[in-house]
Amino acid sequence: MALLRLKNNNMALNYTKKTLEHFLHPKNIGEIEDADAVAEVGNMVCGDQLSFSIKVEKGIITDLKFLSFGCASNIATASIMTEKVKGMTILEAKAFNWQEIVDDLGGLPKQKIHCSILAVEGLKKVIAEYEKKQ
Amino acid sequence: MPIYLDNAATTRLDQSVLEAMTPYLTSEYANASAIYAPGQKNNLVLEDCRQRVAAQFKVAPQGIIFTSGASESNNLIIKGVMFANQAKGKHLLISAIEHPSVLRTAQQLTTHGFEVELIPVDNKGLLDLEALKKMLRPDTVLVSVMAVNNEIGTIQNLAAIAEIVHAAGAYFHSDIVQAIPYLDLDLPSLGIDFASLSAHKFYGPKGVGAAYLNPALKVETLITGGEQESHHRAGTYNLPGIVGLTTALELVYNERTAYLKKVKDLRDYFWQSLKAEIPEVVLNGDLENRSPNNLNVLFRRVEGEAILIDLSEKGIFVSTGSACSAHNLKSSYVLSAIGRHDEDLNSNIRFTLGRYNTRMEIDKTVEAISQTVARLRGFTPIKK
Repeated sequence: MALLRLKNNNMALNYTKKTLEHFLHPKNIGEIEDADAVAEVGNMVCGDQLSFSIKVEKGIITDLKFLSFGCASNIATASIMTEKVKGMTILEAKAFNWQEIVDDLGGLPKQKIHCSILAVEGLKKVIAEYEKKQ
Repeated sequence: MPIYLDNAATTRLDQSVLEAMTPYLTSEYANASAIYAPGQKNNLVLEDCRQRVAAQFKVAPQGIIFTSGASESNNLIIKGVMFANQAKGKHLLISAIEHPSVLRTAQQLTTHGFEVELIPVDNKGLLDLEALKKMLRPDTVLVSVMAVNNEIGTIQNLAAIAEIVHAAGAYFHSDIVQAIPYLDLDLPSLGIDFASLSAHKFYGPKGVGAAYLNPALKVETLITGGEQESHHRAGTYNLPGIVGLTTALELVYNERTAYLKKVKDLRDYFWQSLKAEIPEVVLNGDLENRSPNNLNVLFRRVEGEAILIDLSEKGIFVSTGSACSAHNLKSSYVLSAIGRHDEDLNSNIRFTLGRYNTRMEIDKTVEAISQTVARLRGFTPIKK
């Protein structure tokens, strides 16, 4: 049968204050002009797209910026992640887990957990791009 | 003051409706099925409501069944008609842009041996009548097409659809929940055999609705139990709700002419202002054959829910439309059905106006959206 695949649209979205704060005033937005690497994850069709640019000096992430086409939690998760990851070594950043984002925001609605996973996926991808160039 | 622009989701209860309901929530609480005096008095109130609702739709009172809302009415009609008429066939046709309470109900029937097909719509959301003609079969029992679409406000040509459906020997159901009071709903002259509605969409209370069932046709009962609603729907009569529904229905049809002009003027002014103030906006659907309170806009290069939450933080309440889909949790199957590209399905906002909105609210909203969209476009990775 050609019926559409309807999914759960019960959008209980009780974003925490911190999530809303990062959405309304995101940190580290933009593109690094002399970036060491850039990477993009997600796409418009999925409704979430993030693009990251990174600057690394002596194995330490000195700058990390992002652009977002995404919902409030997509923006908030990328924002808080860039704050946490800046100053980390590449090794530390590679071990960074999405759960830290969720915990730091004081929790995310279940259907928005994937935003934090996408943000970390973007981080891993931009690090991989950086390492490829080395 | 917050600005509410989501009147297709629900409306604010009218004060006079609340006042009409209050006695039945307080002093006049007798069960309308009881045979002692207060019960019988309430039974007269109930039957008076049924007559008044029937009069609005130009149908016989015995065709009006009170329910908990349009979702229940859609379930009752679709399941009830399909189950009761299996001798004729097991084929059901619904439009591709039906509300989930029709779509999922039809989907559930497929697990009970029924066959369901979706009738396509054109890029304005209008039902493809030629496709309908080809899809109708001798075993088609029911065709369900909503009167007004909840996302893009498209008004269907109900009389033309009914004629085609009846010529093929099938029955016609229309979910009219978004059509009140926007359409003049003379059900017999439109050829509607079954209809569904909810009171809270037209300034009535939540939790009450009605179904119109052509008394000459067979419908199996969904909620079994007591003998209420001529065995069509068991459960103690929700008299406060029924009085509220009836009062609200008469109210909105009495003030209809002025109301329609008001929301249409506001809506048109809103769209002109949006177009003038914000670049890269596209109207979803078209302005003809559209409910006068509905505006659905594509804001390119930004995501709809981000716009919604940003506006919510500014005290402006809008909708992104029904969530769903073949692609993800957020994009609209209605916009997909009218041919919007996949890239454009996640950037839409639905605004639905109502009787309490003002021009000043529209001005404030346009200014707020302008700031919101500019902010979000300031860090979008999508190029122009």
